[in-house]
Amino acid sequence: MDLIRKRWEGAAYTLLMLVLMAPMVFVFFWMVSLSFRTNVEATASPPIFIPRNPTLAGYQFVFNNPSNPFFKYLLNSTIVALGCTTIGLLLGVPAAFSIARWKQNGLALGILLARITPGLSFLLPWFITFRYFGLIDTHFALIVAHLIVGLPIIVWVMIGFFEDLPSELVDAALIDGSSIYGVLWRIAVPLVKPGLVATAILSIIFSWNNFNFSVILAGPNTRTLPVAVFNLMSFEQFNWGPLAAAATMITLPVLAMALVMQRHIVSGLTFGAVKQ
Amino acid sequence: MAEPSSVATARVAADPDDASTRGISAWLERRASFMLPFPAVATVALMLAFPLGYTLFMSVQEWNVASANPPRFVFLDNYVTLFTTDTRFKNSIFVTFYFTLLGVTVQTFLGVTLALLFNRQFWGRGILRTLAILPMVATPVAIALIFVMMFHPTLGVMNYFLTVVGLPPWAWTYSSSTVIPALVIVDTWQWTPLIMLITLAGLAALPGEPYEAAMIDGASKPQMLWLITLPLLRPTIVTAALFRLIDSLKTFDIIFVMTQGGPGGASDTINIYLFNTAFAYFHMGMASSMVVIFFAIVLGVSILAVRIRRATWI
Repeated sequence: MDLIRKRWEGAAYTLLMLVLMAPMVFVFFWMVSLSFRTNVEATASPPIFIPRNPTLAGYQFVFNNPSNPFFKYLLNSTIVALGCTTIGLLLGVPAAFSIARWKQNGLALGILLARITPGLSFLLPWFITFRYFGLIDTHFALIVAHLIVGLPIIVWVMIGFFEDLPSELVDAALIDGSSIYGVLWRIAVPLVKPGLVATAILSIIFSWNNFNFSVILAGPNTRTLPVAVFNLMSFEQFNWGPLAAAATMITLPVLAMALVMQRHIVSGLTFGAVKQ
Repeated sequence: MAEPSSVATARVAADPDDASTRGISAWLERRASFMLPFPAVATVALMLAFPLGYTLFMSVQEWNVASANPPRFVFLDNYVTLFTTDTRFKNSIFVTFYFTLLGVTVQTFLGVTLALLFNRQFWGRGILRTLAILPMVATPVAIALIFVMMFHPTLGVMNYFLTVVGLPPWAWTYSSSTVIPALVIVDTWQWTPLIMLITLAGLAALPGEPYEAAMIDGASKPQMLWLITLPLLRPTIVTAALFRLIDSLKTFDIIFVMTQGGPGGASDTINIYLFNTAFAYFHMGMASSMVVIFFAIVLGVSILAVRIRRATWI
């Protein structure tokens, strides 16, 4: 009897948690569901939850739109995300190693300050500078701007991974006559590879999602996906199917990456407030 | 900076004829604690110091980038205007803090409650916990777009839900009296998981002894929650809330996409007003003054946050 009661209680608790977490999942469900609906079904009243005549028209609209070359924007987003992540790792990993090894707390604080500073305080001067040098609407400008957001995060998260590394390993290699740079490259970096991958993905996500830098610094040639979706929104106000299809297409890669590295994402998002 | 002992050890241990103890490589080895972080620190400094210096300089100029006129030195005129005649700026400060304080309060309450509920074994716990990450990483522009459709007064699904449970329809982002609560709903949807996951990590790190002692003394479960768990958890909760507070002040994407500061300036936060001053009206000098004030506000809140955090850790 007791066992059965326990089972029921367990099931009831799971049900309670499902209900509590439902709003979180519902937004994603609604996004995907809308993307497969015809415009009639998208704005039907009362609303339709599961599309009755599922259609790919929304996706076709997004992909085959000469005035809105989706693949070009996808390529732009990818170039900028990979560019700023690569540079960010090259600059950030040695710094994180050094800060973790020699407890350079002053530098860590400086990195933190960069994280706290509002994005718009970077955007104004960089906009004026890039405009002066004719760099608006170049991938270079976007990569530099996204680096401002990405580099502090990369350094901060990597400090955590290097701190977890037993310092004896590094010391032993140094005594064997290896240079500190060799130790970093041949011993420390391979040992933190999982952390490196997680950090890279986090940086890619931040760049991929960035809107306020891209909306100002990108132009017709370098427009990234969030800006493209925003523009689509102003032109296709009630074309809900295509709008949801665009939103789904841009969100899915990020969600997939986040699920792969879920263990590390919280420490990245909280900027080291918590270690998991 | 003091010479790191491990580097000194390495030098002593190496063969004196080894090339690594002489010349450039030896110098590099000795200066490793400077050379390794230098590229990143120089980049951050350039990205941080240059913009801040330039912004300070711009904030005492009057300059419309759309016009051909060069910047004109006006000293503190921009600041005086912002603090005296510019009612839109005063409104934006109020709106920013209204949005931030309402959002962070709701998110902290919900996040801690959910974490306490998650802090036991139940079927499906792992999956639900993993799913909780998704709102935080989803592209804000895409999410804002979906909420725009869900909030639509006549065609949106939210008002359908309200009528189903017998409530009158709501105006959501379409009325000046409801726009901030509606935006807070989006922000809460996105960021409650963060507070929940931070609190959950804090719960996992709590010591077991106080509970054993309380059990022996015959304490009830609510007593344990109020007298042990929450007091022990306070530093974690404060950290999470302060973290959100700093980020929430800077919210831009969802507000810009959903309302652009409307209706009637009811969601015109400092960030939105400043963005429009710079990139819609091209008043770079005035916008720079706003950046300086906004930066001071965020920095002030952050310093206060560190102080509070230190006080609660003790």
